[in-house]
Amino acid sequence: METQFIGRAFTFGKNIDTDQIYPGRFVELTREKDIARHAMEGADPEFVKQFKAGDIIVASTNFGCGSSREHAAITLKAVGTACIIAESFGRIFYRNAVNLGLPVLVCPGVSQHIDKGDELSVNIETGLIKDLTTGKDLHAQPLTGYPLKILSAGGIKTLIREKRTQRH
Amino acid sequence: MHAIEKIMARAAGEKEVTTGQIVNCRIDIAGINDLYLQTVRSFEEMGGIKVAAPDRVIVFFDHYAPASTIIQAENHKHFRTFCSQQGIEQLCDVNCGVCHQVLADRGMSGPGKIMVVTDSHTTTHGAFGAFGTGVGATDMGVILSTGSLWFRVPEIIRINLEGELGPGVSAKDLILHIIGKLGADHAVYKAVEFCGPLLKRLSISERMALCNMTTEMGAKTSYIQPDDITFDFLREKGVEKFETFFTDPDFSYAGEYNFNATGLTPRVAAPHSVDNVFPLEDYAGTRIDQAYLGTCTGGRVEDIASAAKVLGGRKVHPEVRFLVVPASKDVLLEAMAMGHIQTLVQAGATLVSPGCAACLGTHQGMLTDSEVCITSANRNFPGRMGDTGAKIFLSSPASVAAAAVAGEIVDPSPYFVTGRPL
Ligand code: SF4
Repeated sequence: METQFIGRAFTFGKNIDTDQIYPGRFVELTREKDIARHAMEGADPEFVKQFKAGDIIVASTNFGCGSSREHAAITLKAVGTACIIAESFGRIFYRNAVNLGLPVLVCPGVSQHIDKGDELSVNIETGLIKDLTTGKDLHAQPLTGYPLKILSAGGIKTLIREKRTQRH
Repeated sequence: MHAIEKIMARAAGEKEVTTGQIVNCRIDIAGINDLYLQTVRSFEEMGGIKVAAPDRVIVFFDHYAPASTIIQAENHKHFRTFCSQQGIEQLCDVNCGVCHQVLADRGMSGPGKIMVVTDSHTTTHGAFGAFGTGVGATDMGVILSTGSLWFRVPEIIRINLEGELGPGVSAKDLILHIIGKLGADHAVYKAVEFCGPLLKRLSISERMALCNMTTEMGAKTSYIQPDDITFDFLREKGVEKFETFFTDPDFSYAGEYNFNATGLTPRVAAPHSVDNVFPLEDYAGTRIDQAYLGTCTGGRVEDIASAAKVLGGRKVHPEVRFLVVPASKDVLLEAMAMGHIQTLVQAGATLVSPGCAACLGTHQGMLTDSEVCITSANRNFPGRMGDTGAKIFLSSPASVAAAAVAGEIVDPSPYFVTGRPL
């Protein structure tokens, strides 16, 4: 998996819950392309039209709080989110994203320094975020340990599959 | 070590664990909800062929049971086939009820267990001294494949509860008050323990409501030290064998808080976040379209009983839909035996089969734009019960019932003060 990328910031406020990221009434869908259609529908009905693959989501505290529905992470991955930077995450959402191979960075104070549309360069291993529009540098907590191992493998499914083949 | 850490250490086969450590725990109970067919897909994508420990897996049809769309019916069908192919005998089909209540009813929630369900409110089982936590589909796919899962040992905060709850004021009001004070992200990644003298007077049902709602503070898990109330409950369910863990006296908490319930009045969480908490009287007079009594937070026998006390001999307001959804079949049967269901239906309530119903906006009581609902549930996010323009107030079961009668938000306390006429 790439550990460095450049993308455009898409900003959100605090407590963006999973019902806003992916409304409950669509949880019955199981195919990725169907799930992708409802990304952020509860928070911003225009999101799917405006968001481009490679864009970066920047949010305040508790992004992805609420339900355990993996659809919230699936839908953001499916629309091509390069990574999500927030001041803190709902814990199940955080795990789901890591498991799916969608990088998530915790960066205290980030929402005050980055505006919608800013061009960002992000390194998930060092945690360095460069706002290329304003010239500001921010430091997120770098990803380490088992979560980084999962992300580097492109998600936990690959890891488990590999373990399985090693065993046999 | 804290009791929670000892539970994790036991499950990970370690002597000791410390905060921040990543441990791989054997899962005692793995619950899958009908909503997450993704779990089966993830399991298959991991190359899974045989479920590692089918006897520790339990499947619940609760979030949209009975099915309301063809896709939901398909998903249920898929699960039934999966269970029979994999030898998963514990399939709680339509009408069993909400996962957390079913686990409690069956005596499966118990001290020292690691309980993981694909539902965020698995923190509920802290009421029994279990380590309960919610996960997503892929984590559950890992459990199906391996029988275990990795966790980070969390920081633990302690909330000390003192004083007395007044008439018509319940544990739900108290936990709303606490969340309002501490905030919806206060306990993110952390565990929350409740302790203190008030706890000794709170029933299992009320303790479940407290632990259930810690999810709305972001908690990973919650904990109440098992005591005679816990043991009596388990014995009643025929459970004799369990292992209880205790916190070492020198354990240091990441934070400690005191809350005194004396003088607390009924609370509501106003739209659109759970920590947007006010005294109910601030919203008294707000007209409602729907009152929804139920869910894993407020759909137990005691909750239905308090609604029946309010509704007895009265009528549901003609402009209100009053939905009563027992959390499980056992709850329904017990409430029927006590005559509460009769009382509520006679008063004009709509009885819905056990399950989550309108709670998550998939079926059975959805709201349209600008409608107002008061509910004993745990979430009032925009769009939670349907249209994002609908407004959801969270309250105690008693407040839901009182609003159903009045057609507007109203203090339920007078119904519970003996000898005082309304
Ligand atoms: S009742 Fe509501 S909160 Fe509880 S498990 Fe069902 S959907 Fe989730």
